[in-house]
Amino acid sequence: MKIILNNREEEFTGESLSVMEMLEMKKFTFRMRIIKINGELIPKEMYDSAMIHEGDDVQMLYLMSGG
Amino acid sequence: MKFPEIQSHLSRYIVGIAGAGGLGSNCAVALARTGIGSLVLCDHDVVEKSNLNRQYYFISQIGMAKTEALRNNIAQINPKVVVVTYNITLDRSNIPEIFSGCDVIVEAFDKKEMKEMLIETVQEEMPGVPLVVGSGLAGWGRSEALRYRKIDETLYLCGDESTEVSEEMPPMAPRVIMVAGMQANTVLEILMGKL
Repeated sequence: MKIILNNREEEFTGESLSVMEMLEMKKFTFRMRIIKINGELIPKEMYDSAMIHEGDDVQMLYLMSGG
Repeated sequence: MKFPEIQSHLSRYIVGIAGAGGLGSNCAVALARTGIGSLVLCDHDVVEKSNLNRQYYFISQIGMAKTEALRNNIAQINPKVVVVTYNITLDRSNIPEIFSGCDVIVEAFDKKEMKEMLIETVQEEMPGVPLVVGSGLAGWGRSEALRYRKIDETLYLCGDESTEVSEEMPPMAPRVIMVAGMQANTVLEILMGKL
């Protein structure tokens, strides 16, 4: 399936995958982040259950300490 | 559009600022100079000597609540700005009430856990209110790495999203002020877009 990840097209095998599976595939697991799927914020407690499907618009931003 | 007309437009809006440290104090001062109508400032800290390397305070204000010190500094720059202060710790239960009525909210915390908490709370509890986040400003140089990203109509991000403060990578005034300026500039973009 094809999704949009931070405004770029990305291809994954299968019909859908959880947010956590996507993070593991992309080796994105180590930093604190905010994820939105089609404009809806996904709290981190939902990473195992929230699913990403074909055509979804996934936005990810990284949170770094300092201010 | 001339500056007096821009000021007149901006004077109709209220901006909430969560945190009055390096990002919050510099962002608030920049917005005050533009003629923003009201600022809602929240922080639970007092001014310390170690803050003066990047935060908009003075030696004479050490020991004073940051919110009060910032109110005084803004009054010296643009007394027309209405400043509302909350000398408290923000959490999931008080954020929606404190920032209700704000047209835009600026995330200006230090710790990433607090940034996450604020983003989740505003996005979930205050739908439609734009939030401008600062993330990644440590160290010096690499001006080209600092960027602005519009995630969607309610979420904007300023910073490099990669450098984290540490002993070896302290927050330094120039980069902190750059990100604070980018956040203030993003607030203007949002509010001028309401014309």
